[in-house]
Amino acid sequence: MAVALRLSAVTKKFGNFTANSNISMSIEKGTIHAIVGENGAGKSTLTKMIYGMHLPTSGELFIEGKSRRFASPREAIRAGIGMAHQHFMLVPELSVTENIILGHEQSHLFSSLPLKNAKATIKKDAETYGLAVDPDALVTTLSVGEQQRVEILKLLFRQASIMIFDEPTAVLTPSERERLFETLRSLRSQGKTIILITHKLDEVLSVADTISVMRKGEIVGTVAASSVTKQELARMMVGRAVLMSVANPEASPGKTVLSLKSLGYRTRQGEVKLQNLTLQVRAGEIYGIAGVEGNGQSELLQILWALTSGEEIISGEAVVNGASIFGKKTADRVLMGIAYTPENRLRHAVITDYTVAENLLFGRHRERFFHRGAGFNNHVVNRYADELITDYDIRCGTPAKQPLSALSGGNQQKVVLARELNRPAISLLILAQPTRGVDIGAIETIHKKIIAARDRGMAILLVSSELEEIMTLSTRIGCIYKGSIRHEFSQEEVSEKKMDEQEFQKEIGFHIT
Amino acid sequence: MNNPVPMHRKYFRIFIPLLSLLSALCLGALVIALADRDPLMIFQKMFYATLGSSYGMGQVLFKMTTFIFVGLAVAIPFRLRLFNIGGEGQLLMGAFAAALTGAALPETIPSTVAIFLCTLAAMTAGACWALLAGVLKVQYGVNEVISTIMLNFIAQGITGYLLTCHFALPSTVHTTPVTAAATIPTFYKVAGWFTNSPANFSTIVALATALLCWFMMFHTRFGYEMRATGLQPDAARYGGINATVHTLTAMGTGGAAAGLGAANIILGYKHYYEAGATSGIGFTGIAVALLAGAHPLLLILSALFFGFLEYGGLTVNSMIPKEIFMIIEAATILLVISFTALGKRLL
Repeated sequence: MAVALRLSAVTKKFGNFTANSNISMSIEKGTIHAIVGENGAGKSTLTKMIYGMHLPTSGELFIEGKSRRFASPREAIRAGIGMAHQHFMLVPELSVTENIILGHEQSHLFSSLPLKNAKATIKKDAETYGLAVDPDALVTTLSVGEQQRVEILKLLFRQASIMIFDEPTAVLTPSERERLFETLRSLRSQGKTIILITHKLDEVLSVADTISVMRKGEIVGTVAASSVTKQELARMMVGRAVLMSVANPEASPGKTVLSLKSLGYRTRQGEVKLQNLTLQVRAGEIYGIAGVEGNGQSELLQILWALTSGEEIISGEAVVNGASIFGKKTADRVLMGIAYTPENRLRHAVITDYTVAENLLFGRHRERFFHRGAGFNNHVVNRYADELITDYDIRCGTPAKQPLSALSGGNQQKVVLARELNRPAISLLILAQPTRGVDIGAIETIHKKIIAARDRGMAILLVSSELEEIMTLSTRIGCIYKGSIRHEFSQEEVSEKKMDEQEFQKEIGFHIT
Repeated sequence: MNNPVPMHRKYFRIFIPLLSLLSALCLGALVIALADRDPLMIFQKMFYATLGSSYGMGQVLFKMTTFIFVGLAVAIPFRLRLFNIGGEGQLLMGAFAAALTGAALPETIPSTVAIFLCTLAAMTAGACWALLAGVLKVQYGVNEVISTIMLNFIAQGITGYLLTCHFALPSTVHTTPVTAAATIPTFYKVAGWFTNSPANFSTIVALATALLCWFMMFHTRFGYEMRATGLQPDAARYGGINATVHTLTAMGTGGAAAGLGAANIILGYKHYYEAGATSGIGFTGIAVALLAGAHPLLLILSALFFGFLEYGGLTVNSMIPKEIFMIIEAATILLVISFTALGKRLL
């Protein structure tokens, strides 16, 4: 088969830091070639070089046998390379067609746009590849899946023959994901070459032909997808054997800690986000809430952490250890023994410009233990930081100097978890998407710590859109759908059904859609 | 990744303001040359008239003192991402309050008490004026830029009206001088330094205030919360930090600092309030704070620089219009902002 893209000994350095080291690989025409690796393994740098956003420090890039050097994405696009970014590059106020032709108008600056021709081309492409989307709709009105289709149509419109997809499934629901894979397959059958960047191993195995694994800036191996297992891939990525799911001994729950009774949430516009939601979380158990995002999970978390704006209508009861949490401020809820790790860590759980040590204090800075005079006792804080850093295997430099933003996603998450799990006298821990964007190796550590916290007698409420995570960790599982718990699996059911993961996943999937 | 800030980056941080100052001076020289004067001669003259004479140095110190205070008035709220444009109004209210209090006090009162009361009046007036904007912000979400600008106009109106219609001495545009006990002694009077210049003990208060603000911002829990709120307001909310309290204290403290600046002018120099007593110094405070990146200690240096330009501009006023120095001041700020942005992109 013909080689569409070949890299020969490509190296990229940023100052002293080598992001990509001596990378050589060939990507064959008409295949789906996945590049997997943990966060920070150098996947993005590699794709940015292919797409002309970075120039390689050394080495060569060949497109269909010809050596090329792209100084800008414009040149790469002209050479037939297209990229669907993880965060869509769309203008919400423009229509689908306008977005697609943006930057590729094929007309003079002050002449009228050839919208009609463009629309015809887009329609044809959409039909060929099953990318149904209304070319006249405004992008704001589209769902996430539809927006992604627009991104793909954009690539087709520019007649890209090599298409790079950067973490394309990160924002998709399971059904949208299947649909995307269908599209990718049909693109392949039309002779397009697809480069898929991801860290989700299941997806890679189901859709890719060839897989290259990156670690620490190098390609550690390229294998055929049909000849490799998930465990082997994980091992190549992390460099050691990884427990795909940590040991989870049977829990022995105690008294009820959190009790929600017919909780309701209505926005000022009258939209019902939660209705009649009832659940209990007991000490020493993990209650997993499974569900597709947008079924009331964020509203539930808002209520639990006093983040509602006060304009919503909230009904029902929310009781922690016998006392209602309504009307209590966030700082007071901490005193009631509640800890919370929000799903959007970078925005909500940390101050990225603060140092690692300062972040380990954040939200706990009111605890007397750390105080001296009007400030902090640096000695105590540093000792505390060192302890947590060792305990949670947080990889960082000097905690009192290094800003948190310099850490990888997994390590940032560990900072947040270490801080919250270590709170004195906590009885209820609320975890929202605790491993989103976290490396496989770090997931293992985090899961172990969560189970250890449970065994110490904490009541844990786990909200996650990863079914696998819910199944691995939960003692009981509640399926949330349209703002209420539609079905609850008891402890016995969970431990029994866990034996057959595939089947259990299907069953949960049935209750949440 | 043991060294998150590489050495060259650290140097770069220091170089950016220096480089922008240097290029601003070059630009200044060019403008002076365009005005048909010899830039070297002008700069030389300025240099001798400021740093070369003890009177000149005193003048620079006096200007610097006010600039530190009005700079802090902008810098403290700036840490919370609040842009206090109202330094001028807060300065005006503070000046008026200090002058009236000083004039109302009996002559027999001990000097320390009199100075304390007048300064307190100035700080209270400045703080209240700034707090108005703070309350509007937390209660009704009124943008502080708009409210502080409007409050500047209102302060001008109030002080102007009260002066001309009620408090001005007949056939003058100023109030009754403050009682002798309420004047802040100049360095010259006490120690014989800075021949005849208005530099007074407020300078020491200014340095101490800047130091205190630095300590508060970077070494207390209060500052920890405050900076966090400014950097990531959403995260602060999740962390249980009360942003309302911080908005109000930052605005209040800023206004109080402006009040101290007013005390320097009124009690240390003029001894009465007159129309135009503050002459737009409050606005220069914005520039002082921006040049220092709202850092209380760097702010001392930037206030010194502006003091130098301000008084230096006066000394060569007969040769070159003062407006030229306004150009240099403004150009410096623009250059610093552009250089900082450029530096961020390069690193």
